[in-house]
Amino acid sequence: MLSRTADHLFWMSRYTERAENTARMLDISYQTSLLPQSAAVAQVGWEGLLVISELMPSYTAKYGKDITPRNVMDFMVRDESNPSSIGSCLRAARENARAVRGALTTELWETQNATWLKLASYLKTRDFERDPGAFFEWVKHRSHLSRGVAVGTMLQDEAFHFYRMGSFLERADNTARLLDVKFHAVQSDFFGAASAEDQEYDFYHWSAILRSVSGFEVYRKVYRDVITPERVAELLILRPDMPRSLAASMNEVVNNLAVVANEMSGETQRRAGKLKADLQYARIDEILSTGLHAFLTQFLDRVNELGGRISRDFLVPAVH
Amino acid sequence: MSQPMFDEMNASPSEVRAHYQNYARWLAQQPEEVMAARREEAEMIFRRVGITFAVYGAKDEDGAGTERLIPFDLIPRVIPAHEWKSMEEGLVQRVNALNRFIHDVYHDQEIIKAGLIPSDQIFQNAQFRPEMMGVDVPNQVYSHISGIDIVRAPNADGVGEYYVLEDNLRVPSGVSYMLEDRKMMMRLFPELFGQNRVAPVAHYPDLLLETLRAVSPATTAEPTVVVLTPGMYNSAYFEHAFLAQQMGVELVEGQDLFVKDNFVYMRTTRGPKRVDVIYRRVDDDFLDPLVFRPTSTLGCAGLLGVYRSGNVTICNAVGTGIADDKSIYPYVPKMIEFYLGQKPILNNVPTFMGRNPEDLKYMLAHMDELVVKEVHGAGGYGMLVGPASTRAEIEEFRAVVKAKPDGYIAQPTLSLSTCPTYVQSGVAPRHIDLRPFVLSGKEVQMVPGGLTRVALKEGSLVVNSSQGGGTKDTWILED
Repeated sequence: MLSRTADHLFWMSRYTERAENTARMLDISYQTSLLPQSAAVAQVGWEGLLVISELMPSYTAKYGKDITPRNVMDFMVRDESNPSSIGSCLRAARENARAVRGALTTELWETQNATWLKLASYLKTRDFERDPGAFFEWVKHRSHLSRGVAVGTMLQDEAFHFYRMGSFLERADNTARLLDVKFHAVQSDFFGAASAEDQEYDFYHWSAILRSVSGFEVYRKVYRDVITPERVAELLILRPDMPRSLAASMNEVVNNLAVVANEMSGETQRRAGKLKADLQYARIDEILSTGLHAFLTQFLDRVNELGGRISRDFLVPAVH
Repeated sequence: MSQPMFDEMNASPSEVRAHYQNYARWLAQQPEEVMAARREEAEMIFRRVGITFAVYGAKDEDGAGTERLIPFDLIPRVIPAHEWKSMEEGLVQRVNALNRFIHDVYHDQEIIKAGLIPSDQIFQNAQFRPEMMGVDVPNQVYSHISGIDIVRAPNADGVGEYYVLEDNLRVPSGVSYMLEDRKMMMRLFPELFGQNRVAPVAHYPDLLLETLRAVSPATTAEPTVVVLTPGMYNSAYFEHAFLAQQMGVELVEGQDLFVKDNFVYMRTTRGPKRVDVIYRRVDDDFLDPLVFRPTSTLGCAGLLGVYRSGNVTICNAVGTGIADDKSIYPYVPKMIEFYLGQKPILNNVPTFMGRNPEDLKYMLAHMDELVVKEVHGAGGYGMLVGPASTRAEIEEFRAVVKAKPDGYIAQPTLSLSTCPTYVQSGVAPRHIDLRPFVLSGKEVQMVPGGLTRVALKEGSLVVNSSQGGGTKDTWILED
C-alpha cells in the first residue's frame, strides 16, 4: 500500500488512542478531586497530569505557575495550542482520516467524522464544563467505537495492521507514562510502614490508577487481594492478558509488525521482538529492585525509537 | 423583461409535462412537514458522510474550517428517454470531434491549413502546449473525461432546445455529486424508484476504470491506475477520494510519486511500485515542476519526460485546454463537419467574438442584453450578465472589453430553463443546467444523465457551486 496512506492510518489510530488516554487521566484526576482530601494531594494529581505529557513548560508559559483544575482542564481539553489536548488529538485523528478516507471503510470514516463534528459542538458550547465526567466518558466511548468499527469492518490487510500498530504503540507509551508519574508521586513512602491515614490515601491512589486503565475489576479478579503497589505494577507492566499493559501492547505491536514486514524492516522487528521478550521474561521484583523509574524511562526510549524506525522503514521511506 | 420561459415540469400553470406527471402526482400527495423532515435528513447525512467542498479564501464564523455542503434539492430534474437518446448521440459526436481536433493541433494541424481556424487562435493561446507537439497518446484520445455543460432555452416558438454552453476537457468535476444525489434520493424516497423507471448511474466508477485501463501504455498487460489529487485542502478532494475508493485504486499526491529510469513509481510500504495510468485532478501547470511551474509541489519532477516517451498515460492528456477554451468554442460545429463530415446534433449558443470587428461593435452596443465572458475564465468568475448588472458595472466591463477585445466573447442571455425547487418560501422555479460526463477510452460512453446544477437565488443564471449553486438528482426515464 501507499506509504503515505499507511502513515495517515498509523497516526489516525495513535491520536485516537492518545485522546482516549488523556480523557482517562483527566477523568481520574477529576474524580479524585471530588474526594475529601487535602488540597495538596489534589494538586499533586493535576501536576502529575501535566508532567506525564511533558507539558509543564507550555502550561506555565500560558497560565502561569498557578495550577488550577479549571486551567488544567481547559488546557488539556480544548486548548488548540496544546497538541496533546483532547481537542487537538481528535482533530488530528480526523484530519488523518480525511486524508485517506478512501482507504477507510465507510463506517470507520463516518465514525471518525461524527466524533469530530460532535466534539466541535462540545467545545463551542463548553458543555463539557458542566459535567466533565460525562464528556470524558464520551471520549472513551468514541475511541472504543472507532476501534470496534475498525476491527468489525476493515479488511485485514496492511492498512489494518498499520492502524493496529499505531494504537498499541501509543498505548504502550501512554501506560508507561502513567505508571512513571503515579509511582513517582508516592515514591517517598513507597515501601515504608505507612500510617493508617496514608494507607487510606494509598488505597485511593492505587485504585485510581487502576480505574484509569479500566483495571480495578481486573485487579480484583486476578489477585483477589488487597491492592499493593507491586501488584499494580505487575498487572500494568507484565500481564499479557491485561489489555492496557505494556506486555499486551508490545505483543500486538510485534504481531502486526510481522505481517507487514518488508526488506528493510528486519532490524526493527528484532528490536520490537527483544522489547517484547524483555517484558515476557521479566519479574516485577527484579524491576522494582533496579528501580521502576529507570525501567520505565528506558522502556519509553525504546518505544520511541521503535516508532522512528517504523516511520523510516514503511511510512516515510527515504527517496529510492 | 418578458423573455419566454421554459419550465421542465410545468408546460403552463395548469399543465404538467407528460414525463413529469407521475412525479407531480406523487409530490402533491406529500405532506409539507414530511418533505421538510427529508430535507433536514439529507443535510445531516451529507454532513456526517463528509460530502463537502472547500471554499477558497472563506472561513466559518467560528474559524473551524471551510468545509461547506453543496445544497441538495429534493425535486429531481427529469428527462424523457427520447430527448436523452439524441443528446447522447450529440455528445458522442461532439467529444469525438474534440479529440480529433486536439490530436490534429498537436500533429499535422490540418484544420489550420484548411483555413477553418486562424493559426493565431491556436499558437497565441495560453492553453496551447508546445511540449505536446508530435507526442502520440494511446488510441489518440486526449480528453478521457469530458464534462459538457448543456442548457435548455426556449426558441422563438417557446419550445425548449438544448444548447452546449461549454466543454470542460481539463479536470471536470462534479460526478461524485451526481452519484451521491442519486444515492440520497433512493435513501429518502425509495418508493419513487418503484414507481418510475429511472436509468441507473451507479456503474459510473466501473466505466471510468474501464476507460482508464483502456488507455494504458502498451508496455503492460495489468496496468496500475492511480488518482492524483492536490490533497485534502483542494475544493474537490471529496470527489478524488470517492472515485479512487469506488474504483479500488490508490489516491496519490505528488509527493508519493517519483521518476526513475524513465518510469513513474509510487512509494509503498513494500518499496517502489510502477504506475501506468494517472487520472490526475491537478492542472497542467502543476504536473511537473521541471517543465511547468517550477514551484509546484503538487506534481512529480520528470513526469512529462516519461509521458512523452509513452511509459505512462496521463488522463486527461496534457494540453486539452486548447479545445475547451472559450475562444475556441465557437469553432466546434465546424470541427464536427471537418473531422466527421456530419452535421452537429447539439447546438452551440450563438457567440460573438471580440476579435471580429463586427462582433465587437455589436457586443459593445448591446452589452446590457448579453452575457460577456472572459475567454480564459472559469467557475463563474470574470463574466458579466448584462440584464442583471447595474449601469456602472456594465460601463466598467465595457472598458475592460475595449482594452482587450481578443479576451472576450459574448452570447445572448439565454433564458435557461427552470425546474421547481425548494426555497425559503416553498417551491419555486429556479434556473438549471446539466453536465453529463462523457468517457473516451476504447470507445465513447457515458451513464445516462449527469449532474444538474441549480441557481438557488431567484432569477440568477449562475449555477456554479462557488457562487451559491445547488444540485438535483437527474432522472433519465426509460421507455
